[in-house]
Amino acid sequence: MYSFDYTKPTDLSAAVDSLGTEGAQAMGGGQTLIPVLKQRLSQPSILVDLSGIESLKGIRRMGDMLVIGAGTTHGAVAGSSDVSGAIAGLTELAGKIGDPQVRNRGTIGGSLANNDPAACYPSAALALGATIETNKREIAADDFFQGLYATALEEGEVITAVKFPIPVASTYQKFEQPASRFSLTSVFLAKMADGSVRVGVTGAGADGVFRHAGLEQALSANFAASAVDGVEVSAEGMSNDLHATPEFRANLVKVMTKRAVEALS
Amino acid sequence: MSTISITVNGKQKSGDAQGNTLLVDFLRSELKMTGTHVGCDTSQCGACVVHVNGESVKSCSVFASACDGATVTTIEGMANDDGSLGVIQAAFQEQHGLQCGFCTPGMVMSIAEMLKNNPQPTEAEIREGLKGNICRCTGYHNIVKAAQSAAAALAGAAQAAE
Ligand SMILES: Cc1cc2nc3c(=O)[nH]c(=O)nc-3n(C[C@H](O)[C@H](O)[C@H](O)COP(=O)(O)OP(=O)(O)OC[C@H]3O[C@@H](n4cnc5c(N)ncnc54)[C@H](O)[C@@H]3O)c2cc1C
Ligand code: FES
Ligand code: FES
Repeated sequence: MYSFDYTKPTDLSAAVDSLGTEGAQAMGGGQTLIPVLKQRLSQPSILVDLSGIESLKGIRRMGDMLVIGAGTTHGAVAGSSDVSGAIAGLTELAGKIGDPQVRNRGTIGGSLANNDPAACYPSAALALGATIETNKREIAADDFFQGLYATALEEGEVITAVKFPIPVASTYQKFEQPASRFSLTSVFLAKMADGSVRVGVTGAGADGVFRHAGLEQALSANFAASAVDGVEVSAEGMSNDLHATPEFRANLVKVMTKRAVEALS
Repeated sequence: MSTISITVNGKQKSGDAQGNTLLVDFLRSELKMTGTHVGCDTSQCGACVVHVNGESVKSCSVFASACDGATVTTIEGMANDDGSLGVIQAAFQEQHGLQCGFCTPGMVMSIAEMLKNNPQPTEAEIREGLKGNICRCTGYHNIVKAAQSAAAALAGAAQAAE
């Protein structure tokens, strides 16, 4: 690792001030950032650890929304009865991230800010139509994810919370890449209060997480696993690496969507 | 460089840490507590698992400075006060849960947290709970048996205490 200064502020305004320093970088749980720093792929002048800021942690229900603080760990989400009572798919998702030690440290804010193409949370944010709240503004999930590891966040902008509309039903179906423990191809499916069905896909797209319009239309019209058969999921635009071909991933999108429909039927 | 202070296995310890000093390096190099191992240094293997404020973490993926003022438990804190093996450690010995032993400190620490949260885990839950711990020797079978036997021993001890 390169050397850098470290600071652990206890309130958000102090963190935002420190992030204004040239070369400053935020850290959530460090479960992605610390490995990146070890590889010398990042060289911050000062690391601003957000984990001491209590106002960024916690889960609360606000009417028909579930609000999760950006600094809330995956383990806290997985173990929360407020979450399981409102959005069961998020409980499944958080409980399947990595391993217990990663879940004890890694945060929802860090996961969304990182936008790893194989990360789990981005698919839920898209499928549920979440709003990402920062220290400056609110960003709709549909506008937030902008390709591999790219987001709408500006320099020094901190995610403070994520607001999820509470669906009628939801599930996360993960097909794991066993070595990395990330998603090879996974599907978050949500049945919304207005009758629409939304499908977020992670791990598959060459440009990162996406919603699949064809699957959403077919399932909104007929919520049955058989409805998935008639939808064409093209291998074009799917990523290709040593773990899976684009065709394999395209097929998995349908398989995991069917499993999701069956899980909710 | 700054001086940080951590309660390790019940004892207050202080030492110097840079901004980028990892907790595992602080434990091993600064405090000379080498029971915690570094198997990969890439957050994958779990040989470095310790507890920070009661939660298991990979100490190669946490900065020492982030633990200033925290309570840390390492494998050295798992033995009984008289130096004999603690329940989980003894179960590893009895069930042949180790061969080279390199992964064992992390395995013991992960199982300790698992059994605290779920005293009667199923085999599937044990395997799931050990997802972050990689062993290149045993094939895991006897590690699972050690976890089961430790669970039974702890349940027996709890009953006897009632
Ligand atoms: C072995 C292993 C297995 C894993 N498996 C999975 C998996 O199955 N699924 C999955 O989704 N992830 C997985 N992860 C990644 C894990 O979920 C990370 O916790 C997550 O990607 C990043 O969260 P973090 O809080 O650790 O962020 P950090 O590593 O601290 O930060 C990541 C990035 O986000 C930025 N950042 C952090 N917090 C904020 C904030 N509040 N506002 C703005 N920017 C911020 C940082 O500057 C950095 O650029 C795995 C990681 C490991 C090591
Ligand atoms: S040394 Fe920390 S996970 Fe391998
Ligand atoms: S006993 Fe050798 S690595 Fe597990």
